[in-house]
This record gives sequence, C-alpha cells and structure tokens, in this order.
Amino acid sequence: MKKVVAIKEYCVACGLCEVYCATVHSRYPDSVLKAFKLSPQKPVSRVFLEKSEQWSGGIQCRHCKDAPCIAACITGAMYRNRDGIVLLDEERCVQCSTCVIACPYGLIKESDMGGRKVLLKCDLCYQLAESPTCVTYCPNEALIWVEEGETL
Amino acid sequence: MAISLKLPEFLVVRDKERCIECQVCVNQCANEAHIWDQDLEQVVSNDVACVNCHRCVVYCPTRALRIEEWKQDFKKNANWDGISIKQTYLQAESGGTLLIGMGNDKAYPIYWDHLLLNASQVTNPSIDPLREPIELRTYLGRKPDLLKNPSAFREELPPQLQLEVPVMFSAMSFGSVSLNTHRSLAAAASELGIYWNAGEGGLHEDLFSYSPKTIVQVASGRFGINASMLKRAGGIEIKIGQGAKPGIGGHLPGEKVEEDVSRTRRIPYGSDAISPAPHHDIYSIEDLRQLIYSLKEATAYERVVGVKVAAVHNIAAIASGIARAGADIIVLDGFRGGTGAAPLRIRDNVGLPAEFALAAVDQRLREEGIRNEVSLVIAGGIRNSADIIKAIALGADAIYIGTAALIALGCHMCQKCYTGKCNWGIATQQPDLVRRVNPKIGRERLVNLVRSWEHEMKEMLGGMGINAIESLRGNRLMLRGVGLNAKELEILGIKAAGE
Amino acid sequence: MLREGKIRIPSGCAVSGIINRKGQVFSGIDIVDSIANMRERSNGLGGGFAAYGIYPEYRDCYAMHIFYDDIKAKEDTDYYINRNFEVNLSERIPVRKVKVIENQPIIWRYFLSPIPRRIEDVGGDEDEFMAQFVMQINAMIEGAFVASSGKNMGAFKGVGYPEDIGEFYRLDEYKAYLWTAHGRFPTNTPGWWGGAHPFTLLDWSVVHNGEISSYDTNRRFVEMYDYKCTLQTDTEVIIYLFDLLLRKIGLSLEEAVSVVAAPFWEDLDDLGPLKSRQLRNLRILYASALLNGPFSIILASGNGLMALNDRIKLRPLVAAEKDECLYVASEEAAIRAVAKDLDRVWAPRGGEAVVGLLEGKSDLLSASSSGRKIAGKCSGS
Repeated sequence: MKKVVAIKEYCVACGLCEVYCATVHSRYPDSVLKAFKLSPQKPVSRVFLEKSEQWSGGIQCRHCKDAPCIAACITGAMYRNRDGIVLLDEERCVQCSTCVIACPYGLIKESDMGGRKVLLKCDLCYQLAESPTCVTYCPNEALIWVEEGETL
Repeated sequence: MAISLKLPEFLVVRDKERCIECQVCVNQCANEAHIWDQDLEQVVSNDVACVNCHRCVVYCPTRALRIEEWKQDFKKNANWDGISIKQTYLQAESGGTLLIGMGNDKAYPIYWDHLLLNASQVTNPSIDPLREPIELRTYLGRKPDLLKNPSAFREELPPQLQLEVPVMFSAMSFGSVSLNTHRSLAAAASELGIYWNAGEGGLHEDLFSYSPKTIVQVASGRFGINASMLKRAGGIEIKIGQGAKPGIGGHLPGEKVEEDVSRTRRIPYGSDAISPAPHHDIYSIEDLRQLIYSLKEATAYERVVGVKVAAVHNIAAIASGIARAGADIIVLDGFRGGTGAAPLRIRDNVGLPAEFALAAVDQRLREEGIRNEVSLVIAGGIRNSADIIKAIALGADAIYIGTAALIALGCHMCQKCYTGKCNWGIATQQPDLVRRVNPKIGRERLVNLVRSWEHEMKEMLGGMGINAIESLRGNRLMLRGVGLNAKELEILGIKAAGE
Repeated sequence: MLREGKIRIPSGCAVSGIINRKGQVFSGIDIVDSIANMRERSNGLGGGFAAYGIYPEYRDCYAMHIFYDDIKAKEDTDYYINRNFEVNLSERIPVRKVKVIENQPIIWRYFLSPIPRRIEDVGGDEDEFMAQFVMQINAMIEGAFVASSGKNMGAFKGVGYPEDIGEFYRLDEYKAYLWTAHGRFPTNTPGWWGGAHPFTLLDWSVVHNGEISSYDTNRRFVEMYDYKCTLQTDTEVIIYLFDLLLRKIGLSLEEAVSVVAAPFWEDLDDLGPLKSRQLRNLRILYASALLNGPFSIILASGNGLMALNDRIKLRPLVAAEKDECLYVASEEAAIRAVAKDLDRVWAPRGGEAVVGLLEGKSDLLSASSSGRKIAGKCSGS
C-alpha cells in the first residue's frame, strides 16, 4: 500500500500541505480562496505540520496495518477499505472520540463545525485519481507518496 | 536613542480580499517581514525587514502578496539621488563598509546586447540540429606547441577537462552557499558531463562521489585543501581574484562556520574564515609559477591547473603571464561576476566587462602565438545561451555560470547573500533554511537549464552553418556590433552591423 | 565599393581535376572541356586552372605568375624580385585575344632562383622564404598579386567563364600531367582577377567550391603561425591550413584530412583504442583547424591531388578512374564529357579523401618542399 512519507530534510515548514488539505476537503475543493473565504466554517486540515527547532514535516494518519482506532471504534464507523485505507464513516460516527484516544500518533482530531463536533482524519484523498493533495502541492517534494517499505 | 533615518526599501502589498491568514508567508520569511498578530488575529507586515526576495510572493497560495519599491521621493537632484542619500544615512548610522551580494547591478553597458550573430542564407546551408549532429564537446587544458611537438597527438595528451557542453558552474564555496546547493550543483554537473567548481572551502565528504567532476579551488585562505583533496578532485583552480571584488579577499563570518563547514574547511567551529586579499606566497608572476607547479607535482601532473583572475585594466598582459607561468586554463572573471559578499563600492566600481577582457586576452595570446596552448574560460554576467555563443565567437573555450545557476535553484537576486538568511536556502547555513533547497529538484532544474541552452546553442550554430563548437571559437566574423563606437569595435575585434 | 580581396565574398562554384598517375603529360583541352560542361555552375565572374609539369625546361626554378594592375606595381615588385632572386627569364604570359575577356591586368611570369644569402638571412628554410616572399608581395605592393609561384607549375586564372579563360591563356598549347580547374559563381558583381581560383602557395594549389563557416576561426589560427591572410577568401585560408599541417608541422595527408574534416566524437569509439586516441587527440589539438561548412576542394601539388568534401557532404563531389587517370569533379557529367568507358565512378563520402599520386610518390609533399634546402641553379636557363 502506498503511503505518504514526510522527508524532514526538505520540509520547509511552509504549511501549504495544511492549506491544500483543508481546501480539498472543503465545499470548494478547487479554490483555496473560495474554500477559505466562502466556507461557513474555516476549513480544517487533516495533515498537520509539526515543527521543532531541529526538524519539521507534514504528518497524517499512518493507516496502520493493525489500526488501534478501528479496534477502539464503538460503532464500527472506523473501517479499512479494500485498498487498505483507514476511513471514518461519518454517518455511523457518534463523535465519542475513543479513536482520538486510541491513536498512538494523535493524528485524529476533533473539530468544531459550527457547533457540531466532528472527527477528522486523513483519507489519503482516496477519491482523487492522482496522489494525495498534500503530496501534489508540497512545494519542495518533502511529502512523497511511496509504497510502504520503499527506500528513498 | 537617536532616531534612525533608515526607511524601508520595499513595501509589502497584502491584498486583504485574497489573504486567508494561512501564515505561509510568516513561516517562510526568515527576515520576519510577515508577523502573526495574536491580538488582531491577522498577518501584518514589517516592511523595513523585507528584502524583496519573493519567497512569500511565490509561496502565497492565493496570490495575495506583491512587493513594491517603497516610494519616497527626495527633492529632485541629478547628483544626489535617493540611493546616494540613503547610503550616506546608513553609513552615518553604522560606521561600516557597505556590504552587498551578487554581481554589479549598475547600468554599465552590457556588451553582449550590442553583439549580433550571423546566420546562413543561400550561399551556405544552415544545419538543422534535429537532423544532423551538432557537437558542443569541448576539452579544456594545456595543448602542446604544435610546431615543437608535431607528434604530440600520438602520445597521451596533458590532462584535459572534457565538457559535453561548454558550460561550467563557477566557484561558490560551501560556507557561502549551503550544502544542498553544493549537492545540486555536483549532481547536475555529473549528469550533464560538465564540471562544477566547489569554490574555496573544500568539498564536503558527502560529495566525494562527485569529485571526478569537481574543480577544487586553491585560494588565498587555502581552506579545505590538502594533498588528498587535490588528488581526489577532477581539476584544480588557483583563485587570484574575483570579478565582483578584484583586489579584495574574502570573509566568511563565524556565524556561517557551523559544524560541517568547519570540518570541510578545516577551521575551528564558529571562527571567521578570512581569505587574504593576495596569496601571501604570490607577490609576483614567478611565485604563481611555483604554486602552479607545486600543485602539478602534488598531483603527478594528472590534474588540470587553472588560474582565475578578475578582469582588470592590464588583463591582456596578466593573462599572457599566467599562460607562460604554466596555467592550463585561464579564467577571466568580468565585473558583473557574482559574490556572496563584497564591499559595495568595490563591486560597483572596479574591474572590466568580461567581453572586453576576453577580446583583449584572446587577441593578445594569438599575437604571441600561444592561444592554442592554453584554454580560456570566462565568467561574470553570462545570462543565457546567446551570451555563451557570443563569448565563444569572441574567443572563449567555455564559460562559467554562477548567478544563472543560483537563479535556476530559486535565487531571486535580492542581493542579501551576506546576511546568511537566504530565504531560498542557497546562501545560508541556517538548518531550517538549508532544507529549502531539495537537491533532487535543484539538480533537475540545473540540468533543465543547461539542456535547454544546449539545444538553443545548437540551433544558433546550425543557423551559422557550423556543426562543431570549435569552429565558432574566435570566429569573430560571426559577430557584428550595434551601437558601439569605433574604439569598442576595435577592441572587440568585430565589424559594425552592415559592414 | 570595396574590391574583392578587401572584403569577404561568398561564392558557389564548379571544380574539376585530372591526373595521369604515370606522369604522362596531356594538353589542357580535356580540363577545359570538363569544366565547360559545368557552365551552369559559374556565372562568368571567375575561372582558372592549375597545371603541373608544364615547365620541364625550368623545372628547378620557381615559376612566378604575377598580375599587375599597372606598370608601377610591376616596377615595385621587380625591385624586390631582383634583390632576392636570380631572374632566369622574365616575360609576358602569351595570351590569345578573346572577345569576352576584358580588363585583364598585366600578366607576367618569371623563372627565378633565390639568392642563397637571402634565404640564410631569414633562417635558411627555402620554403618559408618563398612563402613569406609571396605573402609580402600580396600584402604590401598595391596592385601586384602573385597567382602562382611553385616549380614546374602555374596558375592561369581570370574573370570570365573558365572555357574562355582557357582559350585566353592558350591552355591547348600547354602539356601537364595534372590539371585542376575552377568555374566561379561569386555573389559580388565586379570580379577581380586575383579572386579567381586556383589559389596557390609554393607548389600547392587549391580549387574550392563552398563556403567555410569556420573562416575566421581558421584564419586566426593560421595567422598564429606566420601566415598573412590578405585576400579575405576561404580558399586562401584552406591552402595556408594545408601548408601549415603538411609542410610546417609535418602531418601525413591522412592525418591532415582527419584534422580538417574531423570525425564526429561519437564515431571515434568504433575505431579501436589506438586509432581512436590519435584521432581524438588530433581533434583536440587542432580544433581550430576543422574546416566547417559546405565545401568540396581539390588540393594539388607536384606529386598529385587530393579531393575532399566537408564531413557532412554539403557540396557535390564525384570521382572516377580510367586506367592511370583519376578524375574528380563537382558533377559526374563533367568527367564523362572527357573520358569514356570509365573503370569506376564513385561519390566519396563526407570527409573521405580521394587521393591520386604520381607513381612512386607516397604523399603530396613535393621533393622540393621537404625541409631546409638551398636552391640549386635552374637547369633550363
């Protein structure tokens, strides 16, 4: 299964991965401007730019083989699709946040959507034909989409 | 505290209609010209910090940013213009020399733009590079005297640098530029079949695999040089001077001497690296000869040894002396040549245009009958493939590009290299900034640039009915001058357009 | 308007050459017929011939053909000739009145023996002495032009169609074992007698069809070795280049050919390591001697001829053999016009030299052109 890998040596910590992730998951996936200016709530990213003195990188759900979030989910809303991508079925989700606690990486986040709590996680942009949006728009190719275990 | 008379140079124009407060600009500006204001909950500008490097402009996902000149008129004065007044304020406040990066930006004539190339019509067929081979391969190095050694071709020739395109990346040291910049240049040169020059400061151990295509520089500070480094390198260049600052040494501030730089240069961590103005073992031409032959001895005569000088007024005689001192390559660096840091007054007022230096030196070496024995490389202000073709027609064997290569890597010519805060990750050692050059992308962009020039050069050559670059070398009949006076034409050794 | 010689004029052309490899002489009728067959390729602004073996009675003298614009030029030249040579014969070259040939200069020939002391004065190399003497007359004496100066050979050239020039010079009355010819199509209007081909130096002559794109590279290269290019023509540079490579430096003809029509770099690898290294080195060392641009040339000396195309064959050249005769010409028709039942006809590839030498000769350098020699007396005087 292909995964997104952050190359910390080349991450410029710009945050464009977050901007484009938020956009593509908004009501206006084709326009950053509209996504941020017209959406009722500020669009939220499912990739998170982590920064420290030594390194930075855009990180997102690891789509673990043995995913604690799936095991923890009380309604079965968290599931793995045929391609191995761990997804959250919002219809079945009751926003209990058990998955948030279960995730060893802290990569499932709660978000406030106009008074309504939602849980958001990376879906690897599985609806798109090309690579995940954060990879496509990473300006320094510091996010790459590679088969698991592939060396760089 | 007395008020500072310093005004901003640039104005950050932020289109509020388009700004989404994403703070990408804040993240990217090492100069802190963009600041996230917690209270206002919006990004605000600190114009005085802006250097107009365009990092924010390029990265802004909504094109909300633009940088303009900060317009503040002074009373009209043809002598004391705004720049002169502002520079005076600056020096009155700081008491220091004005520093600057990159090459001379003054409006001196650019002679390349006064030269026009020939093309074949009727009497001579032009050649289509897509149908016929057109060769750009060039060999740099010493050639034996043809009359004295008529059978030299039967033996092994003295060492030569083989270039698939007559272009090299000129000396930029690790220290003045980042390791990722070096990685990009080294990988691109190896892929292109050309050479890159690691500058004074040695070669980082990560790049040893590229050393066959690396020219190492022996400059007045001798940083990073020892016998094993000389043997490892593909070629050696003695740097006497640099077009951006003839007669001036170098100074790498201690802040840039981080761990890798200190190890590569073989100097203590955090210490200033001072390259003296002259080599203190070269006070005359015979001393240069000794250094040339020391380096040849140290490498068992298996390495090309070039000598780089800044183009100065008496350049023809100097070059002749260098050729006779045993240099295999003479590099002439014109006054447009770039630098990581130079005193502004030196950069803007000292030296010669590379075009004139080249024409004068090529002619002089021919008059002395020794042009065929030594290679001539010029540097300083080459911007595109047409400049290269014109340089070769004037008499160069090959050219160096420095600034053009950095622009390919993202440099936006803000001329602030000396601050060490290069937002494009090129002229910096700050780890978060160094990461901004991804050598994979850097290599690709450099290869693309040179390959595109290669194709353009072939088209220009084919148009002239020439299918090998050596048949253009010194072929000044292929040039005509426009807008040049009789003396300029004479020095360039070309006819006027229409003649 | 600048006269040709002061300005560089491109031109197209026809070339032809015939050698009897046994050294048997034949009249100029064949070569005139051959070049006349290619009248389409000239425009009446230049024609000329080189003939070898025509002056057996003066075979040890330098036969100097000179054009003079006026008597003053001749007097100036005579002064220099008399200072440097013993003059065995000095005469007007006999010509026939031909209606279409006009504005001819004074056309003179001398049979000369250099004064040994004069050769010693310039270092003792007779060839170098002769070459410098000729280049100096051409450069320094206004209105004088040396058409040829070799031994037992001569150049006959002028403004007109080549067949008219042949008639004018009475070439039917000369007998040579090697003839080359040229019909010219220059792109300027007033032709100049000195600008017609062949060009000569010592025993060398060159007729040339084409334009050398590398002209200024080649010119500036040969000028480093004491040649003076005074005529601004490609052909002058070609002859100096061959003289430099073959006589002064001493390359073999094969090596010189691989310099002026160098193989492509990528083709070198197929030639085996030794051959490949030598050719690569030749190309590196003699980069400025590569002749670039379209050409077909016939280089001749007393020993024979060599015909050559540029390396991508941008101009026509055909060769043919019949018995001991070798023919080369721009067009096959020009050969078939004068020789029936050819043994072999072929089109040499670009950069592939066609060489025709006299029996017993191994290269183009004449015996008289090899190394330092002090001139003997003329046998014919």
